Amino acid sequence: MTTVETAPSAEHPGWMGKSVPRIEDARFIAGRGNYVEDVVLPNMLHMAILRSPYAHARIVSIDSSAAMALPGVVAVVTGALLAEHKLAWMPTLSGDTQAVLATDKVRFQGQEVACVVAEDRYVAHDALELIVVDYEPLPAVVTPQAALEDGAPLIRDDKDGQVDNRVYHWEAGDAAATEAAFAGADRVVSLTTFYPRSHPAPLECCGCVADVNPASGKATIWMTSQAPHAIRTVFALVAGLPEQNIQIISPDIGGGFGNKVPVYPGYVVATAASLLIGRPVKWIEDRTGNLISTGFARDFHMTGELALDGAGKMLGLRVKMLSDQGYAYADAQPSKFRAGLFHMVTGSYDLPAAHVVTDGAYTNKAPGGVAYRCSFRITEASYLIERLVDVAAVEIGMDPAELRRMNFVQPDQFPYRSATGFVYDSGDYAPALDLALEQVGYAEVRAEQQARRAAGATKQLGIGIASMTEALGAGPSRDYDILGIKMFDSAELRVHPTGKAILKLGVRHQGQGHETTFAQIVAHELGIPPQDIVVQEGDTDNTPYGLGTYASRSTPTAGAAAALVARTLREKARKIAAYLLEVAEEDLEWEADRFSVKGAPEKVKTIQEIAFAAYTNHPQGMDAGLEGVKYYDPPNLTFPFATYIVVAEVDVATGEWTPVKVVAVDDCGVRINPMIVEGQIMGGLTEGYAMAAMQQIAFDEDGNCIGSNFMDYLIPTAMETPHFDLFDTCTPSPHHPLGCKGVGESATVGSPAAFVNAVVDAVSHLGVRNIDMPVLSSRVWEAIHAAPG
Amino acid sequence: MNITVTVNGSARTSEVEPRMLLVHYIREVLGLRGAHVGCDTTSCGVCTVLLDGLPVKSCTMFAVQADGRSIMTVEGMATNGQLHPVQAAFHSEHGLQCGFCTPGMMLVAKAFLEENPAPSEEEIRWAISGNLCRCTGYQNIVKAVQAAARNMSEVSK
Ligand code: FES
Ligand code: FES
Repeated sequence: MTTVETAPSAEHPGWMGKSVPRIEDARFIAGRGNYVEDVVLPNMLHMAILRSPYAHARIVSIDSSAAMALPGVVAVVTGALLAEHKLAWMPTLSGDTQAVLATDKVRFQGQEVACVVAEDRYVAHDALELIVVDYEPLPAVVTPQAALEDGAPLIRDDKDGQVDNRVYHWEAGDAAATEAAFAGADRVVSLTTFYPRSHPAPLECCGCVADVNPASGKATIWMTSQAPHAIRTVFALVAGLPEQNIQIISPDIGGGFGNKVPVYPGYVVATAASLLIGRPVKWIEDRTGNLISTGFARDFHMTGELALDGAGKMLGLRVKMLSDQGYAYADAQPSKFRAGLFHMVTGSYDLPAAHVVTDGAYTNKAPGGVAYRCSFRITEASYLIERLVDVAAVEIGMDPAELRRMNFVQPDQFPYRSATGFVYDSGDYAPALDLALEQVGYAEVRAEQQARRAAGATKQLGIGIASMTEALGAGPSRDYDILGIKMFDSAELRVHPTGKAILKLGVRHQGQGHETTFAQIVAHELGIPPQDIVVQEGDTDNTPYGLGTYASRSTPTAGAAAALVARTLREKARKIAAYLLEVAEEDLEWEADRFSVKGAPEKVKTIQEIAFAAYTNHPQGMDAGLEGVKYYDPPNLTFPFATYIVVAEVDVATGEWTPVKVVAVDDCGVRINPMIVEGQIMGGLTEGYAMAAMQQIAFDEDGNCIGSNFMDYLIPTAMETPHFDLFDTCTPSPHHPLGCKGVGESATVGSPAAFVNAVVDAVSHLGVRNIDMPVLSSRVWEAIHAAPG
Repeated sequence: MNITVTVNGSARTSEVEPRMLLVHYIREVLGLRGAHVGCDTTSCGVCTVLLDGLPVKSCTMFAVQADGRSIMTVEGMATNGQLHPVQAAFHSEHGLQCGFCTPGMMLVAKAFLEENPAPSEEEIRWAISGNLCRCTGYQNIVKAVQAAARNMSEVSK
């Protein structure tokens, strides 16, 4: 096991746990970021995509002659043309297939049907209007329940052996043990709820610039990708291009949140078009294209049942889940787990038995199932258990904080093996809950709630708690791979002769602050100040292989790799220092940024002096230079936890509600840069609120997407977004070299349940037990009026 | 059509198609890439620039409508290599993550502080509510605008 060094320690004063202002800010505040839209190449063409207006239809014919005749149009690419090159279909990240451009049928509204490549973006869009597609509409399947009915139209009739709309069936836990637990229970409570389809909607849409050199065959593709190395391999496999000739460059990314993990048809067609035409091709998606066709998230129909004894001790958990996958199974997730890490549904609770049954169905909707600020479906799991605990608290007449506390996994149980097979690394849940209760002023708010109830006030108060635990940092390669590629990650560190350094990583940030945080890791280990370190990510020709940034995995994997490679260089530096100081290696001690001779502290060599010597005066027989690379395969996932408490005020006359206080206590282990960590938590809380309050990609009965632009798909502005009060506890990960656990998604995973619990709690005395997200005021009003009273 | 626009203080004359959007003129004709495009419905504000000192969404104007007027983009905020106090505060208060909304946010904040040098939190939230941010949760943006207001009033004292 690697050693844990918590910050700040006497050995390494300074860089750990310090809110170093972000190094990457300089270019962004000057308007000098370099996003994909900013990539302009000589002779570049522009591509636009024609999309299906129908959710389900047979394509009778496509006539592109008028479009081709428009001056400035260079090519119109259709599925038929791609089929000639065996490129009409491509694999998804879950091992299914997805159309690049439709050939036989369209299977969701917004599906890519044809692409125009033109000299100018305006001409490309003009030409879309001139393409005539003759469709024969087919009945659309718009719910997973309908999809699994006998006689439902078969959506994937293109797939050999696919006889119905079932995608997968997967179970976790122990069915018999769970049945026994339920048989012996005093109380069983249940909740049926729907986690609606949502969309990450980063403010920058997807796009690429593909430049295939017709002479050398080299394909350079600038792409909005959170996982450029994996994409390179997928491109090699799909397009049959030799992998050494593919360079994926992921430039600055304007937010990702899981949306920019998959391969999208636009990338493939732009690359194919560049290959066929011999000129660079740029494709920049519009917002409608982004919302209706790229990776959605959630869309889980869930029923949970909790067995309890008379005192409120949890005995067992039984979960059934049906997911709406759209027309292709495209979850970006470890291949061993068919519903991601949804079986993490036991959460923070010591549940002796659990059984989880999951099914997925095809529908006439966009594919996706991306990990939207979430470690592979843990968001849905966390929501279900945290809502279910609140339902149980009301039904058995217990305080929801007490019910949680008495059922938490206890500190002496770690490492804790859960009933569904996870091994939690470390945790101490009660202090986080207690701190949150104290900060929210729990007793006073409860008293105020009672007073308002007694007075029959129009504005009622509710308190919503969520004590979540998540599992992230995939992953140990024995269990975690995507399309067979193991989920390790990597770091390459080169210290230059003048003592400055470049750190190259296999991950790719989208605003998470890696250029600062990872520089701090090296600074902590080697004493080179962060401003002397460049962190490079995203260019597959110039970074070591890695699986990318999503599921909060960067600090758990690449962060560990960065620390370990720095430690390796420190050992080499020790040898050089011993040579320079003419002492034995054991006679040296390391402090912050230098080796000194034990007992003769005036005899020192700083890391900068050692780096210079590594290139100018290194010992004979030793390789010159101070460089190294580390591939890190974590021994386990990490298990950060948090308690979020929301106080909401609900107007029972109108159903309108506002969060009036939001307290977050996060424990993500050791914090490298607390300012950046808090920024991640506030962003996550905002998305948690967004999902609870307004975000939904909905469809009508014909499969028309209602939510295809920012007028219909609502994301919160500064006005609706509440103020957040943040606090922390620190339980280091015992297996991460720095004790870190990762944090980018905790608040999105945990907080939606806190918001919903707060609203339901405010009206539970009126008989309301559940309101599904998004908790619109109309739904609150309806729930109050439908309640038994 | 031939248009002349004063951009960050210097007059620029260009031949543009009448239907060219102002944001495309700024990005592609003038080569100023701090203004971005994030939606099709005038909702997100990442394209915001100042037109005669007031924020406009440059995705919803034609370039020809800017003829004879003056535009400030993020590239014009710093003077003589010195960051504008709003830029400095976005950095010090961690008011940005991916940076995509940042130029628009900062320009709105600048125009707002010129009109209201000592705003309340509520007023700041209202002022930036035409600009979406998907990363920060706004709280640090609000703090940045407050910090900029303090610094600007110190300087003007
Ligand atoms: S691009 Fe969204 S408002 Fe202009
Ligand atoms: S910083 Fe990413 S959208 Fe605002």
